[in-house]
Amino acid sequence: MAEVTNASVLATLQEKFGDAIEHAYEPYGMLTAFVKREQIIDILRFLKEDSTIQMNFLTSLCGIHYPNNEGKELGVIYHLHSFTNNFRMRLEVFFPAADVDMPTATVLWPTANWMERETFEFYGINFVGHPDLRIILNVEDMDYHPLLKQYPLEDDTRTDKDDRYFGRDDNKGVHFDKFPGKAQLPNK
Amino acid sequence: MSNVQIVNEPPVGLQGEGFLVTNLSAVVGMARKNSLWPLPFATSCCGIEFMSTMGPNYDLSRFGMERLSFSPRQADLLMVMGTIAKKMGPILRHVYEQMAEPRWVIAVGACASSGGVFDSYSVLQGIDKVIPVDVYVPGCPPRPEQIIQGIMQIQELAASESLRRRNGDQYKALLDSYNIK
Repeated sequence: MAEVTNASVLATLQEKFGDAIEHAYEPYGMLTAFVKREQIIDILRFLKEDSTIQMNFLTSLCGIHYPNNEGKELGVIYHLHSFTNNFRMRLEVFFPAADVDMPTATVLWPTANWMERETFEFYGINFVGHPDLRIILNVEDMDYHPLLKQYPLEDDTRTDKDDRYFGRDDNKGVHFDKFPGKAQLPNK
Repeated sequence: MSNVQIVNEPPVGLQGEGFLVTNLSAVVGMARKNSLWPLPFATSCCGIEFMSTMGPNYDLSRFGMERLSFSPRQADLLMVMGTIAKKMGPILRHVYEQMAEPRWVIAVGACASSGGVFDSYSVLQGIDKVIPVDVYVPGCPPRPEQIIQGIMQIQELAASESLRRRNGDQYKALLDSYNIK
């Protein structure tokens, strides 16, 4: 059996999916590919079902928000693991904040169910086809997505802090525009 | 070690050979003070400090707290130790509502007192947002000595509290302000 390496997996993906693989790099030796949203489920299914690569485990699925990254503000990141080959890789999908529909990965891994519920809860990403897309961690009546950067991380019911000493004004939290350039895509 | 006092002095009153005449509230206060049953509501590291406080080194039993009550219906003192998430708030309130009067609450640690370092959308910014608190113990986490001091302050409250306080208008207004029936 051929050995599975970063280069071999990337070559296979590029050969099979062509333009759908936008960009790839290897931070800390881990293959990371940026792919198109339309093909993500096809790519995941191929990686899972391919007899050589055998990515049989979805380690993690999470969202991310880069408000300064025009047109690609929101992202979903998949961590895959092949138990057979002891090989890990990462897939990233970015899309505009105005268009938050993502295809669900629950068709491939049931474990994606709760991860997608969490991602929906914190980033408002709508996983189309998810069997039960509800809030999972926070109070049931939470009416916003707290990890989107336009919302303050701090709680506005806090009373014992003097805002001047904590880099915020009017008790509205640290404003994201005060730190331009901090949230950029790496190596792009 | 010569001046260790194991038992506090009896309440002030008229004493003679084999009798003591005093007022009822002083006796009830003394009884309440020395038989508080705490309900530990421990959610994080302050709970570990409390376990140390309960253990033989610091020995909370000295204060009449040999038995922890894990039913709120039998507890006099609710000890909230640790971060209370907003999702936990209604549960904490429910526990408090199940306790019988007289009841006291001690908030142990920065998180229970004010939210602590968790100035965050998911954390209750102090348990006094949902239930009334009698004593706050600062620290992150506080040492067992500090927890003991907080408990001794609760004991002072229990000993000196008027028997009529829980029926008073001020106390009812306090509970009403938390919308607790």
